[in-house]
Parts: sequence; C-alpha cells; structure tokens
Amino acid sequence: MHFKHDFRTLFAGATLLAAVAAPPALAAEMTIGFSQIGSESGWRAAETTLTKLQAEERGINLKFADAQQKQENQIKAVRSFIAQGVDAILLAPVVATGWDAVLEEAKDAEIPVVLLDRTVDARDDLYMTAVTSDLVHEGRVAGQWLTDSVAGKDCNVVELQGTTGSSPAIDRKNGFEQAIADHANLKIIRSQTGDFTRAKGKEVMESFIKAENGGRNICALYAHNDDMAVGAIQAIKEAGLKPGQDILVVSIDAVPDIFQAMAAGEANATVELTPNMAGPAFDVLEAFFKDGILPPKWIQTESKLFTQNDDPLKIYEEKKNLGY
Amino acid sequence: MIAAAQAALRRFVPQLIALATILALNALVFPGFFDIEFQNGRLYGSVVDVLNRGAPVALLAIGMTLVIATKGIDLSVGAVMAIAGAVVAATVAGGASLATALLFAAAAGIACGLWNGFLVAVLGMQPIVATLILMVAGRGIAQLITEGAILTFNHQGLIFIGSGAFAGLPMPVLIWLALGAAVTLAVRRSALGMLIEATGINRRASTLCGINSLVLLLAVYAVSGFCAAVAGVIIAADIKGADANNAGLWLELDAILAVVIGGTSLLGGRFSIVASLLGAMIIQSINTGILLSGFPPEFNLIIKAAIIVVILVMQSPAVQTLYDFLRSPSEVPTETPRQLPGEAEAPESLGRPQ
Repeated sequence: MHFKHDFRTLFAGATLLAAVAAPPALAAEMTIGFSQIGSESGWRAAETTLTKLQAEERGINLKFADAQQKQENQIKAVRSFIAQGVDAILLAPVVATGWDAVLEEAKDAEIPVVLLDRTVDARDDLYMTAVTSDLVHEGRVAGQWLTDSVAGKDCNVVELQGTTGSSPAIDRKNGFEQAIADHANLKIIRSQTGDFTRAKGKEVMESFIKAENGGRNICALYAHNDDMAVGAIQAIKEAGLKPGQDILVVSIDAVPDIFQAMAAGEANATVELTPNMAGPAFDVLEAFFKDGILPPKWIQTESKLFTQNDDPLKIYEEKKNLGY
Repeated sequence: MIAAAQAALRRFVPQLIALATILALNALVFPGFFDIEFQNGRLYGSVVDVLNRGAPVALLAIGMTLVIATKGIDLSVGAVMAIAGAVVAATVAGGASLATALLFAAAAGIACGLWNGFLVAVLGMQPIVATLILMVAGRGIAQLITEGAILTFNHQGLIFIGSGAFAGLPMPVLIWLALGAAVTLAVRRSALGMLIEATGINRRASTLCGINSLVLLLAVYAVSGFCAAVAGVIIAADIKGADANNAGLWLELDAILAVVIGGTSLLGGRFSIVASLLGAMIIQSINTGILLSGFPPEFNLIIKAAIIVVILVMQSPAVQTLYDFLRSPSEVPTETPRQLPGEAEAPESLGRPQ
C-alpha cells in the first residue's frame, strides 16, 4: 500500500516536471514524426538515411516509423504522432487514397502534414504541402540531353520502360517523348518493359540487340531507371559493343552504381531523383514556425543532370553510404 | 528397345509440337530468329538466348517436378533463389573463395528445402501452406543479408558462372542440361522415381509397403531447394549483384507452369523431368518471342496467357478424348482397351518395370 502510494506521487511529480520543462513548439528543438513506407528499394533506404541526417544536422528530434508497405501501419503511426503532440508530420504515402480521415485528425490537432515523394487524393487544405519530383520533367531532362548530344545527327533510340502501367513509367516515357518530339532525327525504334530491374533490363536489351542488326541500328538507350541501364550495359558489352560509345546510355535516378559505370565511360548521363525530400520539407516547416510563412501546395525537387564530366567517382563515394 | 524409345518419344509429342509451333511463330514475327553465329568464342543468337534465359525456370522445374510428383508443391523457390543469391554475393564480397561461396549458397538452398520438407513430412502441413511460409519470409531473409540494397560484387569466377561460356555454350545452359540429365538418370536408372510416384499417389500405402516416405519427402524438398539455389546463384552472377527484392520474383509460378505444360499432374504420381524442361523452354520461347516481336509491353501478359491457354487446352483430357473419337475406328487398334479420359495423355514407360 505504502509503496503504491509513493509510486503514484512520483508519477504525478514527473508529469508535472515534464509539462513545465517542455512548452510545445517554443523550444529550438522541433519534434517531427516521419511515417516512411518501408524499404522496398535502395532509393527508399537512401531517403530514410538522408532524412535522419538532415534532422540531426538541424537539431530536429525525429520520430521514425517504418510502415512495411502497409497503409494501416502508416495511419496508426500518424495517429500516434498526433497523440504524442509532435510539431509536424512527414508522410510518404504508400497509396494515394484513404487518407482523408487521418489527415482531418491532424488538422484538428493543428499539426501540419508535409507529403514526401508522392501525393494523395485528398482535399489540399488537409496537408501543408507536397515535396515531390516531377516525373515528366525527369524524362524531359533526359530527352533534352540526348537531343543536345547527338546534335542533329540521325539517332535510333531503344527504350527500357519501367513496370507497365506504373506512374514513373508513364510519366518518364511522356517527358522523353515531349523532349524529342520536335527532332525528326531522333526516333524511338523499340520500347519494352524491363520492370525496373537489372535482370530484366539485361534480358530485354539482349533481344533489342538481336532484333536490330546486332545492335548496329541502335544509337542510344533510354532507360527509365539506372538499374535497368546497368543490366543493359552488360548486355551491350557481351554483344561485343562499347556502351557509352557505340550505344549512348541515358537513364534516371542517379543511384551510386551508375556513377561507377559513368566513371568507366560505359554510361553517359543520368537524371537525379533526389532522395533528399526531407531537406526542402524541413526548410518550409522552419520558415512556417519561425515567420508563419505558408508554402505553396507543391514543392518540386530539382531534377539534376549528371554526365561523365561531373567527376562521377567523387559522387559515387558520396552516395555509396546512403543506403542505396 | 525400339518400342520403348517410341513410347518415350510419344510421351513428349504434345510438348514438342507446342515448342515447334512457338518457335515457328517466333521466326514469323522475327525472321532472324534461327540465325546463329559464332562470336567472341561463343554461340550467339536468339535460340541461344532462349536456352540461356530459360535456365532459372528450367532449374526450378527439375526440383518442382519431383515435389509435384509427391503430390506436393513448392511455392518458396523464388524466395530461395533470392536467399542463395544474397548468400553467394555476401560471401564473395566478404573475401571468401568461390568454392566456399558456392558451398554456402548450396547449403542455404538445401537447408530451406529441408525446412519445407520438415513442415510437410514431419508436421504433416499441407505443402501449399508450408512452402508459402518461406515464400513470404524468404525474401525478407534475403533482404536482411543484402541490407535492402543490391549487393554487387566483382569476382570474375562467380561472374563466369552467370555470363561465361564453355565449348561455345553459355554456362547457365550447360548447368541446367547437366543437372537435368543427372537428376533424370538418378530417378530413372534406379527405383527412386517409382518410389516418388508411389508416395505421390498414396503416401500411406507406400509407407505400408516399406517405402521410407519421410526421408523421401525430405530429400525431394531438399533437391528442390538445391535447384533453386543453383538458379539463384546464376541470376546473381549474371547481373553481378544480388537483388533481394526482385531475384526470382514470381518464378515459382513459371516453374509450376513448366511442370504442368510438361504434362505432370498436380495430383501427384507419374512425372517426367524432360517434359518439364521442354515446358520451361516453351515458356521462355514465348517470352523471347514477345520481346523480339516489338509489340508494346501492354500486350506481353495477354499474348503469353493466350498462348498458354491454347497449349493447356490442347493437352486437356477432353480434347484428347475428342481426338480419339474423331480418329477413324479402323486406325484404333482393336486389341488395346480404350483409355480412360483422365489417362489419355502421357503413355510413358521410362524405366518402368514392364
């Protein structure tokens, strides 16, 4: 009895102390909850690593929740962030629909939500802003690089698409086609899906080479991601051709391994899908809490082009420990 | 002797006709399909691609045939491929020798197979449920080994297994041909094949007849795990990296399909590894043909499904009965009793005591 009583006083004291010690959102240290999808790809892992690094640099207390590809886990995580009274929530939504209720709860609790990497089908007053890359623009940058580098010469392009029907595959294809639309010298002669994987990229490139006169009809390869390009580069080499010279290689994502290929002269260019989505998100949150500035509803990340001239080995060293 | 050979050949007629038809279709959509040249010390051409790219499914089909013959099924082979690929890549990246790495990968595959066998044979779980466990968990295990990333390596010996060539043929082709021949001989030159069939038809009766069905089932699942490990090593070596997320993804379904196209019943019993290997080549011929045809990728799965439906319908008991019925009565030898519809296909006598 006596012991129990003691314990209760102790508890009450501790709660009181905590309440006094931490007035919400006033201290320099912000507490931000981050509901991540999971780690289905190397890029996703790098995004997680960079988010944690960014938070550490800025002195932000980051609460991280891995949803293992399940929306119900994400909804639970967001609810628990709300219950813990965090200052803001970062959400990388696994699917587009079904967020209205939980976003409403966050809004009622006056906790701003920033969407990372993907958007949701919900009223746009339910979240503060979305930080995403423009997939169509990425394809456009890749296409622009190719039109510039062939400079008017005739060029037959083969395309390795992402998973059929996925939005990166559709958008990256559209963007590239837009960029080469006004250039009659560039023509996509074959386009097939490589499912975003190395193995399929290699297999499909093998068949492209067989079908196009041993690869001699092909002037350039456009791959919707670097992994397929890495696989295709091996297929080109095994066919006795020089990737990067006989067949130009341009792809999207900027994962570390493509920089190794660029350093070896086997790939020509890549467009970065930056894994640093949290940086811009923290920027707008800091501006909002400090000066009350409301950001626009969409913040587009930079789709930066890297070529062999950008010291690929140095970038490889920088990127290889990010968890890609 | 000649009669036995004829009977064996007749067993493969449906598969050979399907394969020939698809190869002819491929030549139709891509005229250079049968062109083969000798380049960089190896044969080079679309037919070689079919043999080479079909290696993983062919290897899986060897083990899957045995498992299905015992009335089982192994859904975990795709995940076991990912595990073996991850193990071999991690071991080589850690500086170990090629032999050690291959041994570890094989051991991992066999261990996975024994686990499946334990659940099925000892605990008596249904094979589809028992192997589903590893199908789901296995990919997670592989991701743990590779830490979620594509684990790349630059070991020339290992890379040779995936993309090297010996005597003009790509290594994967030689490996699946050798393993297929070895397992076929092992089960058909001994009573092993018959024991497997007996266990598949009626495990209880077989046990009462003195067959050690427990050890037999464990061994069959272990062989399936080993075949998956070999396939996993090959695809990791081919792309110089272990891709735990995608290696062998959905290949268990292609392997089961290869066995089914090969005419082995999912209800267990009579089986033919050679027919399953033909099934694997049929599937890969379709895949390669689609890639060469230049159709938009949206059609890939529809074309594949349509062709496979046609093949399976041609092999169905109903069509066989119809075929027998339409043949003029004088051609049907009167002394042989009419076959039952369910047994219409697969009159096989490989190594069967007469």
